Amino acid sequence: MDFTLKIWRQEGPQEEGRMETYPVTGITGDMSFLEMMDVLNDQLIRDGQDPVAFDHDCREGICGMCSMFINGEAHGPNRKTTTCQLHMRSFKDGETIYIEPWRASAFPVVKDLAVDRSAFDRIIQAGGYVSVNSSGNPLDANAIPVPKEDADAAFNAATCIGCGACVATCKNASAMLFVSAKVSQLALLPQGQPERMSRVQRMVDQMDKEGFGNCTNTGACEVECPKGISLDNIARMNRDYLKSQVTGE
Amino acid sequence: MTEMPKHSVALDAKVPEGPLAEKWTNHKNSIRLVNPANKRLIDVIVVGTGLAGSSAAASLAEMGYNVKAFCFQDSPRRAHSIAAQGGINAAKNYQNDGDSVYRLFYDTIKGGDYRSREANVYRLAEVSANIIDQCVAQGVPFAREYGGLLDNRSFGGVQVSRTFYAKGQTGQQLLLGAYSALSRQISKGKVTMYNRHELMDVVVVDGKARGIIARNLVTGEVERHGAHAVVLCSGGYGNVFFLSTNAMGSNVSAAWKAHKKGAYMANPSYTQIHPTCIPVSGHYQSKLTLMSESLRNDGRIWVPKEQSDVEALRNGSLRPTDIPEERRDYYLERRYPAFGNLVPRDVASRAAKERCDAGFGVNEAGEAVYLDYASAIERYGRTEANVQGIPAPSMEKIRELGEAVVRAKYGNLFQMYEQITADNPYKTPMRIYPAVHYTMGGLWVDYNLQTTIPGLYACGEANFSDHGANRLGASALMQGLADGYFVLPYTIGDYLADDIRTGEISTDTPEFAEAEQAVRDRIEKLLGNDGKTPVDDFHRRLGRIMWNECGMSRNAEGLKKAIADIQALRAEFEQHVCVPGRADRFNPELDKAGRVCDLMELGELMCKDALERNESCGGHFREEFQTPEGEALRDDEGHAHVSAWAFTGVPAEATHHKEALTFENVELKTRSYK
Repeated sequence: MDFTLKIWRQEGPQEEGRMETYPVTGITGDMSFLEMMDVLNDQLIRDGQDPVAFDHDCREGICGMCSMFINGEAHGPNRKTTTCQLHMRSFKDGETIYIEPWRASAFPVVKDLAVDRSAFDRIIQAGGYVSVNSSGNPLDANAIPVPKEDADAAFNAATCIGCGACVATCKNASAMLFVSAKVSQLALLPQGQPERMSRVQRMVDQMDKEGFGNCTNTGACEVECPKGISLDNIARMNRDYLKSQVTGE
Repeated sequence: MTEMPKHSVALDAKVPEGPLAEKWTNHKNSIRLVNPANKRLIDVIVVGTGLAGSSAAASLAEMGYNVKAFCFQDSPRRAHSIAAQGGINAAKNYQNDGDSVYRLFYDTIKGGDYRSREANVYRLAEVSANIIDQCVAQGVPFAREYGGLLDNRSFGGVQVSRTFYAKGQTGQQLLLGAYSALSRQISKGKVTMYNRHELMDVVVVDGKARGIIARNLVTGEVERHGAHAVVLCSGGYGNVFFLSTNAMGSNVSAAWKAHKKGAYMANPSYTQIHPTCIPVSGHYQSKLTLMSESLRNDGRIWVPKEQSDVEALRNGSLRPTDIPEERRDYYLERRYPAFGNLVPRDVASRAAKERCDAGFGVNEAGEAVYLDYASAIERYGRTEANVQGIPAPSMEKIRELGEAVVRAKYGNLFQMYEQITADNPYKTPMRIYPAVHYTMGGLWVDYNLQTTIPGLYACGEANFSDHGANRLGASALMQGLADGYFVLPYTIGDYLADDIRTGEISTDTPEFAEAEQAVRDRIEKLLGNDGKTPVDDFHRRLGRIMWNECGMSRNAEGLKKAIADIQALRAEFEQHVCVPGRADRFNPELDKAGRVCDLMELGELMCKDALERNESCGGHFREEFQTPEGEALRDDEGHAHVSAWAFTGVPAEATHHKEALTFENVELKTRSYK
């Protein structure tokens, strides 16, 4: 298969970016999207040109590092699929493919397709944890039973990989799906109850401070999320946030 | 190289005296502590933020030390522990099936083919239960039963259910738990986190590790960081094979730089090759994907009996479902009737290779076997039809019911397989082949997890300590968190107690200056090289040498040839590698070039280690040492030791040191699965 790639090139956070066109040939349907990018970079290096920088690591859909906006969609055309798990058989031979970085003012471009998502780390640092000692916890793990439905719901929220597709796809660049996934995981478990109200306040405040937009319930984030994180989490977070404001806890 | 030990350091494992079950408690009671006020005066560097690194950094900070943590990814949450699927072992005996600390210890020693240190393994089993308590307290959402208590599953090589899990994402959930603990300490200012930073060298001052040279991968800045102790939690080196289940960035550089500064590498050739991975599909393939070991519970592994069927499968004139039972060779069931498809990983991998080498591989490359769910689907379907009271169900109905059961158990794995291969595993058998997954070898550490460089520690997959020559499933997560939460935070105090009056470690010293200059020179050399060949090209060729000569089976002749080939490859790299871009920019090709250099040197040492070990044990299979039936032949007389290697300038000329392994609590037996 052969493709024409239109790729966003940007030297650094301060420099202006632009779309550049590259042909790529000899691609097979069994290659992943990132392997197709490897082929392009191999060609560029051999031609003495600057290879395209992009983030990637595990290449099995779990680390959350890969982050490409492909043909106007976060992680490309397939649902519940990260860029690294997208294969070229999902494209037509001869197609032109547009590849851009995540775009959000809270995610500045590092170079080309790689962006800085440290805002997500700072939101977790603001309260995305249970304040227990890191070692020597004496309470037996089975001392507090957790209803299976709650444990499963908490797990589903906790499968967020922090890739940022929700922000990239939202017209407001809102991070509420990401933040609400962590808020929900801990709100659904008994271990998370003592700090439940202060946690949601601190995390939402940090989210606003980072410059993410607000949620207008379009639901695009849920559609594009490679892990299928549910909008219900945002509703739960909003409810807790409102409650924390009213009760002043 | 600044510090080169002129003579060998004695390999004292510092195993405490006393009965096995009391060693750890006695040791904790007798080692020195650092009081809370003094901990505030002490800095510790932690490199890597996987399970071992995140938990160590969080725990050390919690205790009061000032921690600097480093990871090369854009966030500590992305370390490759995140990809672990199956679960974490712990001797909780919640299932009341006779599990105990001793049994977990025994299974681990036996699974490791009697090549690990008894005292370390016992301690691992002892603290395993605390890990589960700790993680639950942090809000890790483990799988639970309807009564609200924790669920367990069983795993390969053991007879109890002691594996805790969170669907197929146990590593993710445990790592996010450790990451949240780390984040809490970052918010308190007790951990300073350096994302997108790579360790470039370990700095040794007066014989002690006193800091590192790191490179900011975004700005390219080369930085000096001083500390009273350095803890390497930098993971394994499976990427020496190019294709592996490791992440693209996983590398040996931190451990290798430490090795070049005097830390010994132990058993580097012990590599775990996982039997059930999706086979290689083409030249540009960048990584291999694991299909969880749990699939072997219900799947049957086979290849055709007849060469003509193999040909027909390869040219597409025959589908696997067309081959009748009598023309199939279920080779694991044939060779190992007692364990069948559930033999340990090393045994299953070698058996697949044996069939493929004999010409029975079922894909074009001849490197794949079938993992077939047809009989499981039929079996589950019949049961389900009975349960639902369907009289005389049609075959179609049985399959439909059976597929639903299999989907509920393994749905996410089947979906992943289809996403990658575009084959529907419910309708046609999966094609699988072994792939490099984990490295049991690593930096030699004593009982305190200290390397041969005082003040330099290694935890998790980066050290060699607990898995011997073969790791059991669900034990890697256990070891990473045991080291980070429960072992290192205590043992490091014994060393740091001497440092309460040292004061801040200055980086304005000749040792730091020299190390920094060497790093700068190396970067300049790589970028200024007038070559034409991309880094990946060398990495791929290294991988091919290692896979062919130092992979699932090894022999003296091949290993000698591999050493020569790698040396030639290294020379060619120096001359012809092309590293584009600049030193003062985000430049992933430059990062990769440094890592591949270190992997090539390591590969050479791995071959040397495999050549020296004249026996077959666990993941190390030497063709010269096998029984007439083709099973591994261990040599307890001559090789019940850890091989620890000291760097001397050329990897293959490393000095060989031995730590004798003594077994006072278990009897050495030949593993048999027949």
